[in-house]
Amino acid sequence: MSKKSIHGIYDDDDQLKDGARLLRDHGIKVKEVFSPFPVHGLDALIGVPRTRLAITAFVYGITGTCLATLMMWYMMVSDWPTDVGGKPNWGYFYNMPAFIPITFESTVLCAAHLMFWTFMFRSWLLPGVTPKNPDPRTTDDKFLMLIEANDSDVDKIVGYLKQTGASEVNLK
Amino acid sequence: MHQESAIREPLILGDNVTYHQITEDIARPIEGKANKWWYLVFGIAMAAFLWGFACICYFIGTGIGAWGANKTVGWAWDITNFVWWIGIGHAGTLISAVLLLFRQKWRMAINRSAEAMTIFAVMCAAMFVVMHTGRPWLDYWLFPLPNQFGSLWTNFNSPLLWDVFAVSTYFSVSLIFWYMGLIPDFATIRDRAKKPLAQKIYKILSFGWSGRARDWSRFEEVSLVLAGLSTPLVFSVHSIVSMDFATSIVPGWHTTIFPPYFVAGAIFSGFAMVLTLLIICRKVLGLENYITIKHIEYMNIVIIVTGSLVGVAYLTELFIAYYSGVMYEQYAFLNRATGPYWWSYWGMMTCNVISPQLFWFKKIRTSIIATFILSIVVNIGMWFERFVIIVTSLHRDFLPSSWTMYSPTFIEIGFFIGTIGFFFVCFLLFARVFPVIAQSELKMIVKSSSEKHRKINKQNQHH
Repeated sequence: MSKKSIHGIYDDDDQLKDGARLLRDHGIKVKEVFSPFPVHGLDALIGVPRTRLAITAFVYGITGTCLATLMMWYMMVSDWPTDVGGKPNWGYFYNMPAFIPITFESTVLCAAHLMFWTFMFRSWLLPGVTPKNPDPRTTDDKFLMLIEANDSDVDKIVGYLKQTGASEVNLK
Repeated sequence: MHQESAIREPLILGDNVTYHQITEDIARPIEGKANKWWYLVFGIAMAAFLWGFACICYFIGTGIGAWGANKTVGWAWDITNFVWWIGIGHAGTLISAVLLLFRQKWRMAINRSAEAMTIFAVMCAAMFVVMHTGRPWLDYWLFPLPNQFGSLWTNFNSPLLWDVFAVSTYFSVSLIFWYMGLIPDFATIRDRAKKPLAQKIYKILSFGWSGRARDWSRFEEVSLVLAGLSTPLVFSVHSIVSMDFATSIVPGWHTTIFPPYFVAGAIFSGFAMVLTLLIICRKVLGLENYITIKHIEYMNIVIIVTGSLVGVAYLTELFIAYYSGVMYEQYAFLNRATGPYWWSYWGMMTCNVISPQLFWFKKIRTSIIATFILSIVVNIGMWFERFVIIVTSLHRDFLPSSWTMYSPTFIEIGFFIGTIGFFFVCFLLFARVFPVIAQSELKMIVKSSSEKHRKINKQNQHH
């Protein structure tokens, strides 16, 4: 049995959500939605899991904290202790107040940059990548729902899309 | 759907606003041709930049003895201008990060250009830091590099080194925050582009964004986390800049209120610069429906708050100088107000403490002309503030025999003018090739905050 891609194009984000809800209720899986802006509440309807990027940011941030601590301990306490203006240098703990600003900056630096690049690689967004949106209008004002279905289900799905206000339905 | 209270003023004006209309309005300056005013201003800015560049070449060749700084006044225009620019740079991140955490919808029309302004202002600030070392080709010594470069590591006890880390972190994090927001908007421009060259360029700039639901969900999460990270960052940067002064023992600098006082001053000057730029931008680019009088009023309210904080800080400083009983501290402040640089002190007081109080009048804070003039006054005042703190504290130090005066040479003035030129060159180019409003964000609030939907909701309620 051959598969068909159905492109349901909506003009309105609320109608899009109605469509997604109706399809979900009938057990039809939406493969992908392309939209010009984030549609809140859609993720749960089409089964997009909550992203774990915030967790990675936390891990990266802790890494940054550790790296800065290690660096300053090595340079200021272990390798070449220096008495600067009588500030204590005989142990990391005693000198730590002076190290807090750079520890903080390093935490933010690592968390922000590494999270950004994790996002870019995870979503495969890199200079020169060919965009995957099937219709150029989806970055302007159209919302495209992509469904892959068996031939026998096509008519039913098209019906659902039209019923919820899809302005165009294309079969590919 | 979330609906706002009907008494809230709409943030997007116009009766025919649609998603497509927003795209059209924001793409117009990019796709159209620049008018003669753009070329005129760009030409002036470019000339200023080139003049500054020539001055930089001159003092790199001869050394920074070409500046007016001397043995007593070792920091002068260089650090004044550095702090001024970095302060201006604070509004962008404040608008995009702090206001995002507070869910302020009005930030959406102004965050993109404010962040661009941040990035260009921090670049200008960096030029002063790089050059004031005197031998900029050795600036890599600022980084913690191995001992072969000398016998010591960098000194992590020094606020000057904290500053290196803070400013570079701030710049790079602001840059990715800004760029990430631009990616979906570049995709919009790419998908509209007719010319092959534009298609190619915007395809590269947009990183292949296609607006999948999964990408949007990640995008929003990353924006939120970046905002959470940038919020303490923006406060830390100017706190650390203030520690360059506060941790010293110079009377007038050795003050514990410096960190909050500098942060308030930075936000104050940053919002003033955002207003200066956006008042022109909205007119020239025809974005009056998106950057409305209400936006200007909100920014003016931030200016009243931060301006008043700065005023309180000035008075606290004066009182503490008196109350401390330390004669050097007392003299430093007496000398600021009545010494040879009295004009800069009173200039600062007038511009920063008195003038923003005019915004208590609704007529003034909703007037475009008044706001424009006052925004420039505030920026002049904030420049004077840094000049007062730096030069008047230094020029009469502990040893009266080394008391001296400072005045800038034309090379230094040229350098400053050059950075202003650079800033405007960057901003004008930005306004021509980048989407100046975060359109994907703006489209999200059409249904809750536009004038058109307000009316539709009202009609529905009547039926």
